[in-house]
Amino acid sequence: MTQNAALKALKAPRVGAAQLKLLERLTNACSVSGDEGEVRGIVLEEVRPHADEVRIDHLGNVLAMKSGSGKKALRVMLAAHMDEIGFMLTHNEDQDDGIFRFEAVGGVHIAYLPGKPVLVGKEHVPGVIGAKAVHLTTPDERRNALTIDSLRIDVGPGNSGKVKVGDRAAFATQFSRVGPSLRAKALDDRLGVATLIELIKNVPPNIELRAAFTVQEEVGLRGAKVAAYTLEPELAIALDSTPANDMPAWDDTENTRYNTRLGSGPAIYLADAATLSDPRLARHLEETAAHYGIPYQLRQPGGGGTDAGMIHKQRAGIPSISVSVPGRYLHTPVSLARLSDWENTLALLYVALVRLTPDILQADR
Amino acid sequence: MKSLIQKVVETLGPSGYESRIREVIRSEIEGTADEVHVDALGNLIARKGTRKANGRRIMLAAHMDEIGVIATHIDENGFVRFTTIGGVRTINCPGSRVRFLNGTAGVIGVEYLTNTYDTPGFEQMFIDIGVKNKEDSPVRIGDVAAFERPFLDQGQRLVAKSMDDRIGTAVLIEALRQLDGSPHELYFVFSVQEEVGVRGATTAAYGIDPELGLAVDVTGTGDTPKGLKMQVSLGKGPAIKVRDAGMLADPRVVSWMVAGAEKAKIPYQIEILERGGTDARAIQLTRAGVPAGCLSIPCRYIHSPSEMVDYEDVLNSVRLLVALLSEPIELQAV
Repeated sequence: MTQNAALKALKAPRVGAAQLKLLERLTNACSVSGDEGEVRGIVLEEVRPHADEVRIDHLGNVLAMKSGSGKKALRVMLAAHMDEIGFMLTHNEDQDDGIFRFEAVGGVHIAYLPGKPVLVGKEHVPGVIGAKAVHLTTPDERRNALTIDSLRIDVGPGNSGKVKVGDRAAFATQFSRVGPSLRAKALDDRLGVATLIELIKNVPPNIELRAAFTVQEEVGLRGAKVAAYTLEPELAIALDSTPANDMPAWDDTENTRYNTRLGSGPAIYLADAATLSDPRLARHLEETAAHYGIPYQLRQPGGGGTDAGMIHKQRAGIPSISVSVPGRYLHTPVSLARLSDWENTLALLYVALVRLTPDILQADR
Repeated sequence: MKSLIQKVVETLGPSGYESRIREVIRSEIEGTADEVHVDALGNLIARKGTRKANGRRIMLAAHMDEIGVIATHIDENGFVRFTTIGGVRTINCPGSRVRFLNGTAGVIGVEYLTNTYDTPGFEQMFIDIGVKNKEDSPVRIGDVAAFERPFLDQGQRLVAKSMDDRIGTAVLIEALRQLDGSPHELYFVFSVQEEVGVRGATTAAYGIDPELGLAVDVTGTGDTPKGLKMQVSLGKGPAIKVRDAGMLADPRVVSWMVAGAEKAKIPYQIEILERGGTDARAIQLTRAGVPAGCLSIPCRYIHSPSEMVDYEDVLNSVRLLVALLSEPIELQAV
């Protein structure tokens, strides 16, 4: 049997038109940290018909339980965060003109903001992060970095009544497909959310799945902390998206700091700033990928963090790891991922779950 | 005790990869504890005794992990780019030797510096493992290495990489061997991942749910030329921590430790550390809160490949720990 045939025999879920449509809905939705209602609504609609039990906890995490049919199932937590980076309106500067001061929510760089369209509030009121026309800037202004205090979100006079201080704003980019790539805002982490929804719909019999669609990851992994405490899994995998910085270096030297590369498959984490992955789980994922011929890459150890950073420290400890779909230009208005990487991530996770037995935790870490 | 110290300091065990040092310690404590287990994150936990009417459930923690490096990229010519595990300092790196867990040894080199007095960043450094190209490299992304330096016995002073905190594990091992008839239920925790943020002690403390906690770790000193302003010196006895950046020690625990040292006529110092933290912080903040403190072993050149302690301080740390844990404990408001 060829490797692909082996994969087919396991009935690993695939990414088809329905999954792409769902990803489109998810990425076009606005869910800045602390205001995840829109994505939560889509998640609930998708998972309720399939899960045994669905709960929303006090912080807004969606917790969905789904047991495989087998006995002695392993209790596995999978986590994907619903929130995205964005902005919060802080001050209505001109009551009639629709000009608002704002602050950043999560990791955004000031340089990526001026001139970008945004959607404000639950009604997606269109706005723009204004920038001074280049004609009018002084040499000093062109040389020096901007500060967020100098920027405003402009929703226009007609809309000033529809938004208010405290409302969130997200980048306004709409989902599109470009050749082999997926182009959207918030692929971090709607790819993870879409993957987790598929896995709930296709739970292997040996797994008691405890899925967490988490809130407030971008502001410090806050939702995952309480979700893991509640779910008490035997092990956990965070599904996320991680930057690919895989362009050639500007001076033609070897790019040694790419983090991950597009088209090289799911990125398995060994170490980031928040988690040292459980080596048993890393081994399991690598062996599974090799066995089924699924391309994968090891994310370069370094900074950053995922929900696993909180999950592994809950209660008396939870063996944890993360797997990410690589994406270029994350935390900017447009991120870019490869469809093939998403497909391979979904396949790897499914097959890794199928092959998972309680034995994995018998050996000492 | 020196041979035990040499054995534990020379074992490799960067944070997250403590399996070897765990096995060394497990064999050293064999037969001395009533129960030994390894928890989900890899902490080695040895219980001795059960809680008598006048005793407490006590967690003692010394971390098994050490700082190290992890490979991030193998370039076309076989040079290994790396990032750090824990608080490695750039100034200690160039010329240092490292040993990967798979046995491969390497030396840390630096890109050409236009100004030789600049301190290079880690991104300008690489490990030369003596191969000509990527294909020949026995090291791959994610492989972990620790600094390599043989144990140095200067008689009174002992020098090694990973004195932080293998010296603490040696003190716990020795105390575990010597303690007999304690009224307390003692959990000796050889913790993991302290150097990356007291992660192991966090989960161990949750699991044990102690009524009192003590970390045994190293602390800095102020006794070197133009050194840190700090009133702790090598050779003046174990230090009883009052505070560090991560914890205000429970004053009741501090006065219990001071009274214990005075009663047993063991020299001690009072420690106020402005930076750094220990497993005691994790213990203190567990569940609804735990009275916690720290017994520190003074140490020079912390997080360099040559960390120095005083042998008498080490022996006195064992004596103090045994004295403290042999008697019932009354914590009194100060």
